[in-house]
Amino acid sequence: MPPGISTSDFYYILPELVLTGGALLVLIADVLLPRGSKALAWVTLLAIGATIASLVPFGSTHVEVAHGLLAVDQFALFFKIVFLGAAALTVLMSVRYLEIEGASPGEYYFLILCATLGMMIMAGGIDLLTIFIGLETMAVSFYILAGFIKPNQRSNEAAVKYFLLGAFSLGILLYGMSIMYGLSGTTNLRTMATAFVGQERDPRLVLAVILVVAGLGFKIAAVPFHMWAPDVYEGAPTPVTAFLSVGSKAASFAMLLRIFLEGLPSMSADWRLMFEVLAIVTMTIGNLAALTQTNIKRMLAYSSIAHAGYILIGVVAGTPRGVAAMLIYLLIYAFMQLGAFTIIIIMRRQDVVGDELKDFSGLHIRHPFAAFAMLLFMLSLGGIPPTAGFMGKFWLFGAAIDAGYVRLAVIGVLNSAISLYYYIRLVVFMYLKPQGAGSPVTTSPSLGIALAVAVIGTIFLGVYPRLLFDLAEMSARTLGVAAVTAAIR
Amino acid sequence: MLSAYIPIAIFVVVATGFALFTLVFSSLLHPEKYNKVKLEPYECGIEPMTDARDRYSIRYYLVAMLFVIFDVETVFMFPWAVIFNKLLLFGLIEMLVFIFILLVGYYYAWQKGALEWV
Repeated sequence: MPPGISTSDFYYILPELVLTGGALLVLIADVLLPRGSKALAWVTLLAIGATIASLVPFGSTHVEVAHGLLAVDQFALFFKIVFLGAAALTVLMSVRYLEIEGASPGEYYFLILCATLGMMIMAGGIDLLTIFIGLETMAVSFYILAGFIKPNQRSNEAAVKYFLLGAFSLGILLYGMSIMYGLSGTTNLRTMATAFVGQERDPRLVLAVILVVAGLGFKIAAVPFHMWAPDVYEGAPTPVTAFLSVGSKAASFAMLLRIFLEGLPSMSADWRLMFEVLAIVTMTIGNLAALTQTNIKRMLAYSSIAHAGYILIGVVAGTPRGVAAMLIYLLIYAFMQLGAFTIIIIMRRQDVVGDELKDFSGLHIRHPFAAFAMLLFMLSLGGIPPTAGFMGKFWLFGAAIDAGYVRLAVIGVLNSAISLYYYIRLVVFMYLKPQGAGSPVTTSPSLGIALAVAVIGTIFLGVYPRLLFDLAEMSARTLGVAAVTAAIR
Repeated sequence: MLSAYIPIAIFVVVATGFALFTLVFSSLLHPEKYNKVKLEPYECGIEPMTDARDRYSIRYYLVAMLFVIFDVETVFMFPWAVIFNKLLLFGLIEMLVFIFILLVGYYYAWQKGALEWV
């Protein structure tokens, strides 16, 4: 065995190995199973379930694998659970959608698993190389998934736009990373952090920080790097949009936290300022742009941009509390966003595309539970108690005030008020307008399960959030947050 | 540390300078005589027959892409073979895993009919 790798390293990457094996199994199963068989979705769910089960032994592990290529810690664990949960819900909501769109599931489930694998590596990576490989694995899978409905022009457009802007942003990110490597002589984030102490005024390092912020800004769709998001979210197949807005966003935030809190704590004065400005602009422009949208997928795209702004507040705070609040928010966001997209997929029928505002007219008569669930998700996205969205915002803004960023918290609250307008507008359409056209709204068993999980998650985390908070705070503490707090004082 | 880059800098300057010099100098010296034949696209010395913009089968792309995948695989195998004496059994297993993953993809492409030339 070559130096630097030991047998135990393979034990620690067991979840990743299981998921890789599962993905290959899905590919083989697709060939062996009869055409159009729904069993493929269940094979995929089995692979995800096995991966979640393989996470169990690592509940309190805190090690570096292969001389600092990957970290297996609670921070990574938390994100891995979010990714795998989101992937499972995405698979559940895809079955009927793919059937209606007439797309052969083929590579679809395989690519979902590949994207998840990439995300898991992004959350665990503490080396620029591993992080980048994870990012590429995820991004390339999403480029293909975005254009998966081949006869649909918008889907093609989404794929090309996402690919071009994604490649461009990766270039910027890589440029920043290469400067970081050039200045420190290492790609390991933790070694890098010590190398950068006392280099705060180096203009080359500041340039590197700017480039990395810009590159990551594209990935999390922060204003002014958000222009791709509405078009891609609208054009991509709806389950892919859901997974993209939840999984890809969470993974990019995990990577952002790793790079800035573990690799660049000494530069925190610079990147805090940049993220503060980004957070304010992102929240405000995202919400204002969402006000005028009549397509629900587009509206949720702008809303997702605004949420990236809220979550950035946690990075600015930079304290363990702030990071814990981000982790919680990302999990809560996964439930409410995936739930909202599940409803849009339920609205997709043979004769109705179902993603326009008017398609939701009078939904409470046609399908009372779907209307109620959507009401719940909208209130949660807007941050109304007792839903989970309220608790998420409460902790994020609380962390900001704690760290002395009262201004950010105030702007965040004002923005939540603006956002309520467009969330409630959808509720008005569902409850107060006459019934819309088209065939009856029905759910399938798998859509029902996805919806139930999202509803329960949104209510449960809003009513009994304490459990989650302790878990998230423990995860946040495993990150190099202590180093940042020390650097500020 | 910067002095290590001086040879590279000299190389860049000489390379750019040579290219520019050749272009400028030949444009000053050469005689200018145009005729129609000179403007035609070069096709191995044979007279061009049709327009170059023509539709051809998507199969070319599929086969070309599969070729590239296995091409890259070989690129990984060469350095592996060079240090195989040091990697021993571990290296062998790793390479077998790598090839297995590629084979699954190959099997998938085959079964989906990507290799059928119709």
